[in-house]
Order: sequence, then C-alpha cells, then structure tokens
Amino acid sequence: MARIKEMLPALALIAVLIAAWWGAVAATHSVIFPTPWDVVTGTLELLENGTLWRHIAASLLRVGAGFGLAVCVAVPLGLWMGWVAGAYRTLNPIFQILRPISPIAWIPIAILWFGVGDASPIYLIFISSVFPMVVQTTAGVHTIEKRYLRAAENFGVSRRTLFRQVVIPAVLPQVIVGMRIGLGVAWLVVVAAEMIALHSGLGYMIMDARNAGNRYDLVIAGMIIIGLIGLSLDSTMRILEGTRWARWRYAH
Amino acid sequence: MRTKIEVRALKKSFESDKGPLPVVEDVSLTVRDGEFIALVGPSGCGKSTLMNMMAGFIQPDAGSIIIDGMLRTRPDSRGILISQQGSVFPWLTVRENLMFGLNGHALPDKRAIADHYADIVGLKGFEDSYAHELSGGMLKRTELARALVVKPEILFMDEPFSALDALMSLRMRNELLRILAKERHTTLLITHDVEEAIHLADRVVVLSPRPTRIQAVFDVPIQHPRRLSSREAQELRVTILSELGVAREELGS
Ligand SMILES: Nc1ncnc2c1ncn2[C@@H]1O[C@H](COP(=O)(O)OP(=O)(O)OP(=O)(O)O)[C@@H](O)[C@H]1O
Ligand SMILES: [Mg+2]
Repeated sequence: MARIKEMLPALALIAVLIAAWWGAVAATHSVIFPTPWDVVTGTLELLENGTLWRHIAASLLRVGAGFGLAVCVAVPLGLWMGWVAGAYRTLNPIFQILRPISPIAWIPIAILWFGVGDASPIYLIFISSVFPMVVQTTAGVHTIEKRYLRAAENFGVSRRTLFRQVVIPAVLPQVIVGMRIGLGVAWLVVVAAEMIALHSGLGYMIMDARNAGNRYDLVIAGMIIIGLIGLSLDSTMRILEGTRWARWRYAH
Repeated sequence: MRTKIEVRALKKSFESDKGPLPVVEDVSLTVRDGEFIALVGPSGCGKSTLMNMMAGFIQPDAGSIIIDGMLRTRPDSRGILISQQGSVFPWLTVRENLMFGLNGHALPDKRAIADHYADIVGLKGFEDSYAHELSGGMLKRTELARALVVKPEILFMDEPFSALDALMSLRMRNELLRILAKERHTTLLITHDVEEAIHLADRVVVLSPRPTRIQAVFDVPIQHPRRLSSREAQELRVTILSELGVAREELGS
C-alpha cells in the first residue's frame, strides 16, 4: 500500500504525458504520428501474431549470451588486476583507451569478423559491458579498507580463505554495481546492433515497422517495450544488491 | 618470569610534505611473559605506531623487536592486534568472524569454539548478526572475542574501549580481567584513560609527546580485584597524570 502511494506522483505524471500526447496528435490532425490508442492496438496486433515474443526472445538471448560471457571474463580479470599491481599497470591503460570507444563504432569490425549472424551482436554486447565491469571490480579490490586486509594478515589465514572470506565478499557490492552498469549498456547496445545488422530482435522490429509502411504505432510500441524490459532487468540486478552478500555495504 | 617481548632502541619516522616526521625515538622496553602493560601518552605521540611495529605491521627504521628470542619481521597469529579503527568484517556474521582465524579445525568444532567465545564476551544470541546490527560495545566485544579465539600469546590492544560509555567500558575491563586470569595472554594496551590503565595493568608506561620516548614507568602494586577509589590507586593516578603534564590543581585534589 505504501509502495503504491510512493509511486502515485510518477503514475500521475505518466497519465498527464499520455493525455498531452493524445491531445497534441488530435490537435495537429497528424496522419503519421500515432495516438496512444493506436500504440495499444499495435501492441495487441504484435502479441496476437506472435512476432513480439519472438523479437523479445531474440534480443534477450543475445544480451544473456554477451553479458554472461562478459561477467565470466570481467570478474576474474578485475580481481586479478586489482590484486596484482603489475597486471593493473599493464592492462589498465589499454582498457582506458578501449573503454570510451562507442560500441556502435565496433559494428563494422564485428560484421567483418563475425558476419551478420548472432555472433556480431553478442560480441558487441560483450565488448560494451566487459569494460565497466572490469573497472568496477578492480576499483572494488583497490578500495578494500586496509584494516580488513591487515586483520586477515594478522590471523595468518591461507590465500584461499583470504580470497573467499575477505577479498571476494568485500568486492561483491562493487561487482554488482558493475553488473548493473554492464547490463544497462548491453541492453542499449543490443537494440542498436539489431537496427543495423540483423533480422530479428526489438531493434530490428522497430526499423522494420518504419521501413515497411511507416507503422509508427509499432515503432513507439517497440520503444516502450524496450524501456520496460530495461527497467525490469535493472530491478533484477537490484535484487542482488539486497542479498546477504551485498547488503552489509548499504546498511549503515 | 621469562622475557616475552624485548623492544630495543626502536626508531621510526614518516615522510611528510615538510620532510621526515620523527614519531618514535629510541624506545626500549622489556615485557615479561604474561605481563599486562598499559601505554599512555598524549594524542598523536606515536602510540599506535609503536604498537604497529611491535605487532609486525610497520617496519622500524632502526632497532629491533625480539619475541621469544626471535626477531619479529612480520605479523602472525601469535600476536593479534585489535586496531584503533576496529576491523570486524562487516560482510561476515559474528560467528563467521570468530571462526575466521581458526585454522585446522573441523567445521563443527570451529562453530562450537566460536559460540563458546561469543558466550564468554556476552554475545550469546547474536552469533548470526552482522556488524551493522550490533552496538559499538558489541562490535568491540566481537573484535576481542575474535582475537581470543585463536589463543594468541600476545594481545595488542589499541584503545579498544575508548569509544564506549563509562559503564560499558568498566564492564569490558572486568570481562577482560576475568578472561586474562584464565588464559594469561601477554597484553599491551594503549589507553588515554589513566584509571583504565591502573585498573588493568601490571605496569603503566608513560610516553612523551612526539617524537615519543619512554618518559616514566610505574608499577601497579595493587592486588586484583582492584578498588579504584582506594587511596593507593588514587595517588598513583595523580602521579601518572602529573607525569602526563596535568597540574595537581587541575585534578581538584
Ligand atoms: N602512515 C603514516 N604516514 C605518515 N604519518 C603517520 C603515519 N602514521 C602515523 N603518522 C603520524 O605519526 C604521528 C603519530 O601517530 P600515531 O597514530 O602513532 O599516534 P597515537 O599516539 O596513536 O595517537 P592517538 O592517541 O590520537 O591515537 C602522528 O603525527 C601521525 O600523523
Ligand atoms: Mg592511536
């Protein structure tokens, strides 16, 4: 009940925006720009013929594969770079150069290397989400408070215990922040990649709706669905922040 | 009794913007096995630095620390430091913290030992709590218990009770005395509370302002349990305070 009350202003604003949109379309007698109702019927149409589910599944699978790979690479790499000063000095400058390159700029090379199949977008997602996660994980190791490492050193525990009971739990909240950023970027990138290079997915669906007859109702339906799925992906990541392994960081 | 720790001509300075900052200047001290030493001195004089060197965390510029006849070069679990900032792992429960230093036991044994010590320091019922769910005093007791669990030969304590209120700090002292009566750890305690030093220590070492050296050493020839209101204790307190530069008039006696 309290949650609903908290959301009330935001819901009210959304209602106002939809009303304004509707009013503007009605006032300008636009023939191309759809009304909110057109978008609803367009969405229902996509749901009925099953294309929507197919496109959503395609986009999510790509993100799942690219992001999953990126986590598997970024977390161990970030831990290593954080722990071993030499690794950090060697790799960090390269990462700092690669990181600001927009994933879109990688598209030609991705197509050259991987063709126009699923491998290209997976590669793009990997490239774009791996760097923020490496950076966060490394920073996480670097910011472990010295007093904790000293205490661990004092008790003379094995390297295994040191990593399992001190380093990893200390870094985990930062890793989760990195994963949130990484997944957000991955979701941005998959849509862009699908717009340019592919024949399925939500990005493709949007471009196709426009190209095949100016179906702007479907364009906007696609955009809203992308937004909602992005939101739920982020909410899933935030659940991780509340688990016992990360909660200590936020509870003060 | 035999010598446990021998500190010989210890020196340490830190680099600062204005050149080297001498912090510890020629400190020598012999600590007997099972002895309780309190270190008192003005704030910033170098007490923590001295203790960190004795525990092996900081290398001295000159001089040496000999423990059981062997040169100390790095920390180990025979001498546990309870740091001024506190270092209970916030991501582990009280029980997991207490089990942390226990190597070479089976898991059920570890649990039993940890819970036993949690009980000793009065944390029964909080074994599954995290640091942020504990009060300041409970946190300090967790830290103390985590050190005691590994039965360290030496306990280094850097102002462990200073953040606690008077009542809690008194309770912790009595707790500590009870434990030490059983376990006989050699103990070094930094404190700014002269009464606490007299309550607990066999000897009170007064350190000078920075760069610190040993200014005076007082025996505390009072039987346990000590009554701090006794004339003996009060006189010693006044003597130590005046050694620290507090004038007798300011003491109101
Ligand atoms: N790692 C360091 N680098 C530079 N200067 C340091 C370092 N550690 C301590 N100092 C300086 O050495 C001096 C003594 O510090 P120390 O922490 O030993 O004092 P202390 O006697 O424990 O003080 P307090 O009673 O306030 O805890 C201080 O002036 C401090 O600024
Ligand atoms: Mg100090």
